[in-house]
Amino acid sequence: MTEIPEHLRKRAEEARAKAAGATGESSSSPESEASTTSGEASSTDEKIPAHLLDRGKAASEQSAPVESSDPGLGTGPDGNTQRLLAVVKSGSIQDTKATPVDKVHVWPHLLVIEFLAALGMTLFTLLFSIFVNAPLLELADFNKTPNPSKAPWYFLGLQELLTMFHPMVAGVTIPGMGLILLVMAPYMDKNPSKRPEDRKFAISLMTIHLMFWAVLVMIGSFFRGPGFNFVFPWDAGLFFEL
Amino acid sequence: MSEENGKKPAGQALQERLSQVGDRMQNSQTWSSIFRPGSIFRKGYSDSPRNRSYVIMNSVMYHLHPVKVKRHAVKVSYTLCLGGLSFFLFILLTVTGIFLMFFYRPTAAQAWDDMQILQTAVGFGLLVRNMHRWAAHLMVLTVFLHMARVFYHGAYKPPREFNWVIGVMLLQLTLLLSFTGYLLPWDQLALWAVTVGTNMMGFTPVFGEQVRFVLLGGVEIGTDTLLRWYVLHVLMLPFVIVIFMAIHFWRVRKDGGISGPL
Repeated sequence: MTEIPEHLRKRAEEARAKAAGATGESSSSPESEASTTSGEASSTDEKIPAHLLDRGKAASEQSAPVESSDPGLGTGPDGNTQRLLAVVKSGSIQDTKATPVDKVHVWPHLLVIEFLAALGMTLFTLLFSIFVNAPLLELADFNKTPNPSKAPWYFLGLQELLTMFHPMVAGVTIPGMGLILLVMAPYMDKNPSKRPEDRKFAISLMTIHLMFWAVLVMIGSFFRGPGFNFVFPWDAGLFFEL
Repeated sequence: MSEENGKKPAGQALQERLSQVGDRMQNSQTWSSIFRPGSIFRKGYSDSPRNRSYVIMNSVMYHLHPVKVKRHAVKVSYTLCLGGLSFFLFILLTVTGIFLMFFYRPTAAQAWDDMQILQTAVGFGLLVRNMHRWAAHLMVLTVFLHMARVFYHGAYKPPREFNWVIGVMLLQLTLLLSFTGYLLPWDQLALWAVTVGTNMMGFTPVFGEQVRFVLLGGVEIGTDTLLRWYVLHVLMLPFVIVIFMAIHFWRVRKDGGISGPL
């Protein structure tokens, strides 16, 4: 049970004593009042269980003090019918912030930026699409394997790994491990700080990870010619379609 | 002159008449039922904190946002807009993709011909197809860069661990969406890129052959593969990615807005 603060309990006790003095009755607590009245009422109706009748009677005593002979019966010092059940401290249900956060309205501050970014992106895609056509080669032909055959650019890192390792290692184990490490990152990195100077290890590791794939994709995209052999694009030309 | 006779010049009279009509329209029940409080089209809109809040709360599009955000969260130098641009590219891809669907049949006999007709005989067909393709490549790029940005800001740390996991799922879904779309033109580039890609998946341990069979709808790429990847590309993967995006955006707010400042 929640502890009732000292000053509130004192006030309640004073009020109760005052109410008892005003009515002239010797009853010291509301429970004894309720039990005496319920004793009288139980004889009138026998079909209702005694404990329910007790509860109902006690409730009616408290909720309708005007009907009883004593105006002060079961009410507070000012005739009010509420009473203090528990005190809930503010911290337990409300997230009270000690320091105010500097905030701005989303409209216009954020929406304007988002609108401009979307507009810029639309313009860029539109202009780029006007001047550069998407590739459409000749009809798919199962009997004519192009040389080299390349996967989409984001999978070229994997295809590059295929030249070095067994397909199971290159196609499943290494990318699988990479993905699992990526998903697990927040659960493995126990360092609570977000400041770059405190996270040198995490930042180095991620940079190596990202560069690993970026370099592989670059090599696969631009430095692989016929037979997926290593070539320099400035010598042998580009073998790359988006 | 007409002014001496107490009459106004025709231009001014017309202007007054127009503003009267405008007022009547804005006062009508129809108008105020369409534009809710806070709309800039509503009569008597003024730039007040109350209206700034209403703009967000009373719009189905904007209410993805909170009414207020931390001041540093609107700095372009912090987010580089990468997450928002990824979402915007997804919308752009949906719109252009719906357009393309009108002119495309996913069968080996018709797909490539439909692409030719789309590019040569359909108004804006070539342009929209170009936009769809470039936006798709761009989206892979922005999602990837968004992930890097989030990592370097340490934004995956508590309480945002799970949203990072959702984000990695979204990256994979983006790659899958792009890869399934790659086959649809049914040209040499599509066929052989997908052949290389799915051969790799065949090396999945234990049930590699089965994975490949389910993905291709057979032992080899064919018209069944095309239909299968078409449905994945236009319906199933977008459906799944939208659910993941909803969770992603919702968690951003539940986890206390975007991270930082550093």
